[in-house]
Amino acid sequence: MTDTTRRGRKTEVPDMAPAGQLPPEVPLALDATDVSVSFRSTGGRWSTVVDRVGLGFERAQVTVLLGESGSGKTVFARSITGMAPFGARVDGTAIFDDRDLLKISRRSLRTIQGDRIGMVPQDPNSSLDPMRRIGGQIIETLEQHRRVDGRDAAHARMIELLTLVHIHDPERVARCYPHEVSGGMRQRIAIAIAICCDPELIVADEPSSALDASVGVRVVQLLGDLRDRLNTAILFITHDIGIAALIANQPGDRVAVMLSGRIVELGFASQVLHNAHHPYTRALIAAEPSAAVARGHLAVVPDEVRSQRYWSELIPVEPGHGVAKPLEHAEAGVA
Amino acid sequence: MNTVLAADNIVKSFGAFTALHGVSFSLERGKTLGVVGESGSGKSTLGRIVMRLLNPDSGRVWLGGEDLLALDRSQLRAARRRIQLVPQDPRNALNPTMTVRQNLYFQLRAQGVPRNTWASTVERLLAQVSLPPDYLHAFPHELSGGQAQRVAISRAIANNPDVLVCDEAVSALDKSVQAQVLNTFADLQAETGVAMFFISHDLAVVEHISDDVLVLNRGRTVESGATSDVLADPQDPYTRELLAARHLAAPS
Repeated sequence: MTDTTRRGRKTEVPDMAPAGQLPPEVPLALDATDVSVSFRSTGGRWSTVVDRVGLGFERAQVTVLLGESGSGKTVFARSITGMAPFGARVDGTAIFDDRDLLKISRRSLRTIQGDRIGMVPQDPNSSLDPMRRIGGQIIETLEQHRRVDGRDAAHARMIELLTLVHIHDPERVARCYPHEVSGGMRQRIAIAIAICCDPELIVADEPSSALDASVGVRVVQLLGDLRDRLNTAILFITHDIGIAALIANQPGDRVAVMLSGRIVELGFASQVLHNAHHPYTRALIAAEPSAAVARGHLAVVPDEVRSQRYWSELIPVEPGHGVAKPLEHAEAGVA
Repeated sequence: MNTVLAADNIVKSFGAFTALHGVSFSLERGKTLGVVGESGSGKSTLGRIVMRLLNPDSGRVWLGGEDLLALDRSQLRAARRRIQLVPQDPRNALNPTMTVRQNLYFQLRAQGVPRNTWASTVERLLAQVSLPPDYLHAFPHELSGGQAQRVAISRAIANNPDVLVCDEAVSALDKSVQAQVLNTFADLQAETGVAMFFISHDLAVVEHISDDVLVLNRGRTVESGATSDVLADPQDPYTRELLAARHLAAPS
């Protein structure tokens, strides 16, 4: 599937996993097919970090990518938006507005990133410029991508954005430096920058994990509200089942569980979170600490599941819900 | 009474900022006290004071009936062997140039354990945290986060301390690894009767592991008591907010 010359909205279901795919008539914000990412290790051998993963993102839909550290979820999200880490080899296609983000020039990418694809980083402390006032940083993105009529219009839009992310005193905050506001507020400012050009897709990479629990919840709820208001597709990366359930709270929202570079379970949030089929997903849900479980008896992910390297394509278990099966080494080569 | 650690009316200021406004608690043998609060609530400051890494402005701390703040240097050195820290990020806490075995030997020397028992002790310690002895040869960077944390725990329990101070000991770990480490803590406590002063911002973890809970907000105790009572009927709006943040977990 490397046909990038197609015209018009994509109407064909990619010949990827049948389960969890959207009906063909639904226009996708971004459609990633068969994406593999590998890095050259010190010995010169290529090691595959993301292995033939395909996901489509629909407007106003949340897709949660659930996985633990090292599962390849961040590398996948960065690669399909044209921000693959240095030294990565990326194969596959990521079709956005009829263009393949994996093949177009850096210059064209720059007109898409920050404009039609917004990024919410994990740690807002390192993504905001500590030397510049908050208002100026938002206006910079606006001026880069949108023709705003003069300073006043840009300022007005900036204040509107700060209000949209529930900052109560936008005029004062706009004049502050990032270190003068709290972590939760910094994350909301990062969200304001991500949405400032009304993007079709927001990629949120663990936006709540650097924040206190109750602050993180508010940030996630804010993203959920914005999805409804702006009709944006959201790719939400997390390792926390509770946060996944919070953001994927509408019937069409999906959860994809990632393990060693493969999606091993994909389905609607209600299916995956309440009726998980894959042993890894089940173990993750059971590992959630609670008073209901006797001390010392929390479930742990079995080592044979964690170390299993080869998983099949998703096999449908119910409409829209697919689960991968473990494969032997020999089978995996042809799968 | 089996109280191993108690504090009364601890006050601590840093310049004009008061981090703790009179916090008291007591911790019994074999029990776990969960200390909950958001960043800046003073929970880590309290943890450092009970280990006497910081001196409070006023208030008293008793470790097993001794007034910790009145001890002189040599007495303090002996007292510190009875209270051990499990840090938040074990990879920074283990010496990166030493193998696991050398890291543990270093601790045993500091604890004054006779040298002829070291070799057998380290194997027993790793077994207690369910790590095979092969890991004695590993360097910290070769361990996963959960393994490194379990090595840090084994180092902390090397000389059967009375109290473990766990400062966000599971926050940096993935959920399934966190489950393993929480299981390790629970098994150890059942086996050795160590008391735990468990600092966390995650109410779900505290609810699982603690017998009693102390909720701090801006340096004040807003709620304290048996975990099940406090969480079943939180009186303070701040506790309710924290609880709301955790109730959306556990979708089933």
